Amino acid sequence: MKILIIVPAFNEEASLPGVLRDLREQMPSADVLVVNDGSVDSTSRTARDRGVKVVDLPFNLGIGGAVQTGYLYAAHQGYDVAVQFDGDGQHLGTEIEKLLKPLEEGVAEIVIGSRFLVPGAYKAPLFRTVGIWIFSVVLSRILSTAVTDSTSGFRAANRKAIEFFARMYPDDYPEVEALVLAHKAELRMTEVPVAMRERTGGKSSITPVRSVYYMTKVLMAIFIDLLKKVR
Amino acid sequence: MDLLKILAIIGSGALLVVVIELIRRGRLKERYSLLWLLAGAVLLVLSSSRGILEYVSRMVGIFYPPSFLFLIAFLFLLLITLHFSVVLSSLSERSKKLAQELALVREELRNIKKTGLDNGK
Repeated sequence: MKILIIVPAFNEEASLPGVLRDLREQMPSADVLVVNDGSVDSTSRTARDRGVKVVDLPFNLGIGGAVQTGYLYAAHQGYDVAVQFDGDGQHLGTEIEKLLKPLEEGVAEIVIGSRFLVPGAYKAPLFRTVGIWIFSVVLSRILSTAVTDSTSGFRAANRKAIEFFARMYPDDYPEVEALVLAHKAELRMTEVPVAMRERTGGKSSITPVRSVYYMTKVLMAIFIDLLKKVR
Repeated sequence: MDLLKILAIIGSGALLVVVIELIRRGRLKERYSLLWLLAGAVLLVLSSSRGILEYVSRMVGIFYPPSFLFLIAFLFLLLITLHFSVVLSSLSERSKKLAQELALVREELRNIKKTGLDNGK
């Protein structure tokens, strides 16, 4: 089975060495592709020096466009499975096997790693918890399958899902919207519990007012996605 | 001839002249000029013939003909901006695809160069 680990990275020179070491130790047989999303630091060189595949986008496309570049690569190069793995160090290489299992068993085309299936493992501020809860209720209803961590960027996709995402991948709120589009394309998805690291560098930009605004926009995007034609 | 009519004729005539001149100099693509030309032509006809303007405004129940002229101009602007949004969306989709393809092709080229050098050793 040919596995590609897609690592979208925008100015991640600080966390990338740790991430790539983790991946090499935990997933030595998988190929790693760093998608450098127009970084202005040495993200690209840091990755190349460590011997992984790198594609450099000529300007910043945002997480959606970067991840789709990874899926395009996987589709062109004939990979059987693609794993999305953030470049900021919050995902753990040890957890990847858990994502692959449902794909191997053939019970789903897309597997989402969820922080929230392990009770008490992840603590978020109250307003954030409420927002996540609303998303999961709305999405579980739409997708007719339970989704607890719709914003998780830790995912695995099989060949069928790779080809779909290479053709069509959302730009605005890609994690959430991709699930809605995939559901419309009749791809099956499932969640598995995974551990994630609390963010190390940087500060979350989420405030109560912003999170309400963000939620409204995402909910609107979800309903627009429901009207979209999928190819 | 009242002043309003003269102004309306000059306005829509000037719009037509400017649009045609922009096309002639290659600063405006025909594809994006059709709506402008149509708007200019319709407004010119409506403002130069009081008869047609009054007839059409009565038909839709507007009793002050000049306000019908404004309505038409407004509708054209709405249509043109909507058209722009559609064009803009397709352009941003295309530029995204180009960026992705460029990145992938550049990586492929890099690999070809590398293996080419290795073979030469």
